[in-house]
Amino acid sequence: MLDNVKSPILKVDGLKMYFPIYKGVFRRHVGDVKAVDDISFEIFEGETLGLVGESGCGKSSAGRAVLRLYDVTAGSIELEGTQIATLQGDALRRLRPEMQMIFQDPQASLNPRMTVASIIAEPLDEHRKLGKSERMARVFELMDAVGLNRDFANRFPHEFSGGQRQRIGIARALALNPKFIVCDEPIAALDVSIQAQVVNLLEDLQEKMGLTYLFISHDLSMVRHLATRVAVMYLGKVVELAPRDALYENPLHPYTQALLSAVPEPDPSLENTRERIILQGDVPSPSNPPQGCNFCTRCPKVMDICKKDVPEFRNLGDGRYVACHLIS
Amino acid sequence: MPDGVEPILDVTDLKTVFGTRSGEVHAVNSVSFDLKPGELLGVVGESGSGKSVTMMSLIGLLPSPPAEVRSGSVMFEGRDVLKMTADELREIRGSRIGFVFQDPMTSLNPVFTVGFQITEPLRQHMGLSKSEARTRAVELLELVGIPDARARLSSFPHQFSGGMRQRVMIAIALACDPKVLIADEPTTALDVTIQAQILELVRELRQKLGMAIIWITHDLGVIAGIADRVMVMYGGQIVEQAPVKELFRNPQHPYTRALLETLPQIIGARSKRLRTIEGQPPALHAHPTSCPFRARCVHAMDICAKENPAIKTLSGDHDVACFWDADSGERRDAG
Repeated sequence: MLDNVKSPILKVDGLKMYFPIYKGVFRRHVGDVKAVDDISFEIFEGETLGLVGESGCGKSSAGRAVLRLYDVTAGSIELEGTQIATLQGDALRRLRPEMQMIFQDPQASLNPRMTVASIIAEPLDEHRKLGKSERMARVFELMDAVGLNRDFANRFPHEFSGGQRQRIGIARALALNPKFIVCDEPIAALDVSIQAQVVNLLEDLQEKMGLTYLFISHDLSMVRHLATRVAVMYLGKVVELAPRDALYENPLHPYTQALLSAVPEPDPSLENTRERIILQGDVPSPSNPPQGCNFCTRCPKVMDICKKDVPEFRNLGDGRYVACHLIS
Repeated sequence: MPDGVEPILDVTDLKTVFGTRSGEVHAVNSVSFDLKPGELLGVVGESGSGKSVTMMSLIGLLPSPPAEVRSGSVMFEGRDVLKMTADELREIRGSRIGFVFQDPMTSLNPVFTVGFQITEPLRQHMGLSKSEARTRAVELLELVGIPDARARLSSFPHQFSGGMRQRVMIAIALACDPKVLIADEPTTALDVTIQAQILELVRELRQKLGMAIIWITHDLGVIAGIADRVMVMYGGQIVEQAPVKELFRNPQHPYTRALLETLPQIIGARSKRLRTIEGQPPALHAHPTSCPFRARCVHAMDICAKENPAIKTLSGDHDVACFWDADSGERRDAG
């Protein structure tokens, strides 16, 4: 395993992202929505870290905070050794080309009044000083890379289908040769038959350009296909982080177990024999999380200690981390 | 399901067309199927395949214009629904045929309490008094597993979570004890753990109440766990129809086969690369004279461009509309 000790491209330590709640005439600060509450993880070069969880668990907030699209509340984010959690203004702007994002809804993330060429070239205009012909050459190169027809460069986003629009978003993210890309639910808005096309494209690009992905998704089957390692979030915290096969074959945290058992399998003979863990109730509000373990209100294996102490996010070796009192 | 059971709903040759500025869109093309009492029929297809429009046409829920049901018949309890007047339709909708929509937030009225919205069909269709209707509403909310039902009657939809709202929708659909329940992507907007709760609830309710259900979804996993029979739609047509186990074990249509292969699985072997279906779904601007899946089909033959294959019964209860024979890998014998 010695030659496998790669340096992490991204190192997140104790990241907190709170959104303040103000109330009354004087806009008094009355509390916080703790969207991301003390999470730590590393992403190694060339890998895909899957970040899964249900809506409202803070996975998108985490992805945006890591890219510094927000001013983080606390914690450290190191991108290739540079501390970016506290950077501001120009210093942060100079680092932007290194890290890019692919958004969920290609309809909403592309400007309807700009042509495909100007959308893809916008990051180039902002960060690089290219001549007219160089700029167009780069745009065509990117369109080829994502499988868009060059003849469509002067069309507008509404003339494309959902899958093709997502390709435009991917081309824009690749324009500045980033090392690290956050993919925030990039396939959730697409039809099943189109999802596979986009996922294969992302995998091809990763191989060709040596990209590192943080792949945020609620689709556990797709994450199993794509990810090298997987982090599971619940109510602002990472409850389990493990290499892919270990997590899917032997989930340790009761939430991960319930989540995996809830995914319907497209095979009726398996579906009828599988054991399902049906969780009771709903996710508590992140502005008022329960005392102790965040999962204690729904956990089928809850103990007394879970309602008092917050479980530590423990390293179990072999790249496995879990935050649960059951595992010691 | 034994043969000879009278279907509760019998749809024949249904065609629905939308008039748009850029011409007509043939959203549903000659769809025929039936639904037997107590059966759960799953309908799968991509967006634009016509699965929702088919079901909306059945009970006259499409605004006209732009929609126009051009031909067909829908027999329900001995009468043709498509020939009914608006008043007759209103009597059936919500009482004999219930409907659950995808997004519970937009299908519940935000300015009325949940109690009002559940009692409304009870008072309209069953002529219950206010207090009788309230008692029944409490029963219904308890049936769908909402805790503290009596107190929640005076809550507004925004005070419920997504899963709870969908339970309320189901309670409203069940209020008048319908014979048929049409559920249009009822769990698509929900998280997986909440989806698991709703699926479990529907399994329970079927055993208790025994109504027939049409379940529209694009998620083959959900279908595998819940349906008795599956209908696959593509380009406004039914391309394959079979009992659930048969369909997953022995898919015949190239589209069904490709769809099953593109799905990554949560257990079992992991494929190195996902299979894809290249290309885009058809635009449906003209009445189809050829197979709608032709352009994306790996088995397309000359005949597929000339004729639209009719749906044919292969064996028992398995129907498919395709010229290509999956077993021999050649053209299916005519006749």
